[in-house]
Amino acid sequence: MSARKVLQGNVIIAKAALAAGCDFFAGYPITPSSEIAQYMSKEMPKLERTFIQMEDEIASLGACIGASLAGRKTMTATSGPGFSLMQEHIGMAVMAEVPVVIVNVMRGGPSTGMPTKPAQADMMQARWGTHGDHPIIALYPAFAEEMFSETVRAFNLAEKYWNPVILLSDEVLGKAHMDVEIPEPGSYEVFWEKPRQIIDLNIYDRNIGENPPRVDFFHGYPIHIDGLEHDAHGWPSFDAKTVDKMQKLRMEKIYQHLDDIIRYKEYFLDDAEVLVFSFGISARSALPAVKAAREQGIKAGLFQALTVWPFPRAALQERFKKTKKVLTVEMNMGQMKYEVERIAPPGVEKQTLLRANGMSFSPDEVLNAIKEMVR
Amino acid sequence: MRDYEKYIRYRTFPTPWCPGCGDGVILKSIAMAFAELNLDPDDIVVVAGIGCSGRMPTYFNTNTLHTTHGRALTFATGIKLAKPEKLVVVISGDGDATAIGGNHLIHAARRNIGIKMILINNGIYGMTGGQVSPLTPPTFFTETTPYGNIEPHFRIRLLLTAAEASFVARETVNRLTQLKQVIKKSFQHKGFSVVEVMSNCHVNLGRRNKMKSPLVMTEYIKDITMSMADFEKLTPEEQESKYPLGIFVENTNRLEYTDLYYNHIVPVAQGSGARGDK
Repeated sequence: MSARKVLQGNVIIAKAALAAGCDFFAGYPITPSSEIAQYMSKEMPKLERTFIQMEDEIASLGACIGASLAGRKTMTATSGPGFSLMQEHIGMAVMAEVPVVIVNVMRGGPSTGMPTKPAQADMMQARWGTHGDHPIIALYPAFAEEMFSETVRAFNLAEKYWNPVILLSDEVLGKAHMDVEIPEPGSYEVFWEKPRQIIDLNIYDRNIGENPPRVDFFHGYPIHIDGLEHDAHGWPSFDAKTVDKMQKLRMEKIYQHLDDIIRYKEYFLDDAEVLVFSFGISARSALPAVKAAREQGIKAGLFQALTVWPFPRAALQERFKKTKKVLTVEMNMGQMKYEVERIAPPGVEKQTLLRANGMSFSPDEVLNAIKEMVR
Repeated sequence: MRDYEKYIRYRTFPTPWCPGCGDGVILKSIAMAFAELNLDPDDIVVVAGIGCSGRMPTYFNTNTLHTTHGRALTFATGIKLAKPEKLVVVISGDGDATAIGGNHLIHAARRNIGIKMILINNGIYGMTGGQVSPLTPPTFFTETTPYGNIEPHFRIRLLLTAAEASFVARETVNRLTQLKQVIKKSFQHKGFSVVEVMSNCHVNLGRRNKMKSPLVMTEYIKDITMSMADFEKLTPEEQESKYPLGIFVENTNRLEYTDLYYNHIVPVAQGSGARGDK
């Protein structure tokens, strides 16, 4: 039986992680994400799963990667400053192809910024925060049920593509209590990689575009995992041809499976004159705004990105064939608007509603911005 | 084939270490300790950070993980928690373990998580070309202390004792048999263990301090190290530049972290009534 409950956003994420099979959590307290760690500390030992509070966020993600290599499904949760500290290990997880889910409950920045105020200002950091070219998957739910479903999906994608997955949230979604339907186990997909017999050291040997098989320790044949660039055996290698192939393997395992990874929601877009592009807490204000606009005879629609990275480029481009006005609504000084501008054809009018002062948008503000565009 | 050779991954040779480097002795003594305990190579994982020491795992025919600078203990903590029955060994240099990774070192000691750390003290950042480390002795010349080092060095024995480490020892690369013995003993210890190994970097520390051959440098290590009994006879001033050897702390009363978690916390949580959502 599914159950209707009133739960805090952070707790929905924690519950969904348990439902997705998360059996290892390492974290460090930081506002506004701490309830995730608190919930895990209470529930994990009941299920004979593992919780540990580490000495900092670097250590937290390090422990998750270690546990992941020992066969666990792992997660950590943090916010701005902690997410900054984790960047090096996100790169390590990409390089060694280790699944891990990293929750970033976004707060006002830069620096210590505004710990108790929401922001959507780590969008580009989620994409490019760690050094070097790398693929990344980032998901960002907005509505209560999505907090659950996208968390489960984050684990599935991490496990399937052997890559870190960043689950974005924000201070409002994290702290707000919401009416949510927790689905019945079995009614949603939980991906488990079949245990693999390792018989040689060439653990990274595969064709470009292929999903990587699980490469963890203790399967009867000792293997080597490295944060250095490596060959198919995991040995450090700076040979140009080898590096070229390994980089392609890591990128294409994501970019050749965009249909599986990218998810978005479209509201009232079929005849829309104005397309509102938004995500997370801002999308929650944008949906009632487009509904109100419709009531007033304005043909507005909402494109809500659930997968923010890789960017849902193809789906948006399809919409721009008919809709010639786009309004990007985000709680920052302008980040994802550049992605929209990059793909919108020259004939499309591009406007933004941006703010990074810790105040989320009201539906009225979004409605007014829509009205400005059709005046 | 000698019995310890099954723990060596010859196909990854040669190593990147300079001729005469102490790292080879340490590699061999660890492999010998594995052999004496007759461990299955797949039941071992060797984790390291960055630096000359960081390359060592590659050469063990066990599960091996080369991580980020200073953070090997954090990865090892995750592995040990996930698979408490496995032997989790961390190899770390002095820069890796006590500068960038200093925080993780004291917290692993405080937790008493059953990770076996081999801390190679050659008093210098070797791989980056010879910069001062937190274990470089005062007055020594390095690439970043061209006028002499003005900082005191950490005393690992005292630092770890204060952090309540349950096994702390020191040996040197000059004494292979003793080194292997103490490493083996640390592997048999239940909690967190650190074996500090005094090693020679004649290329990047010795060369700038009138000890450019490995023989001169290992002779220097012999001069500055001694038994605890001899060390205690010295005046406090004399002690400052000397290093006692042996096992300093071996506390078997402290419970190991994963033992506490799985055998204490888990039953308490499960006895509390309500079960979480699965």
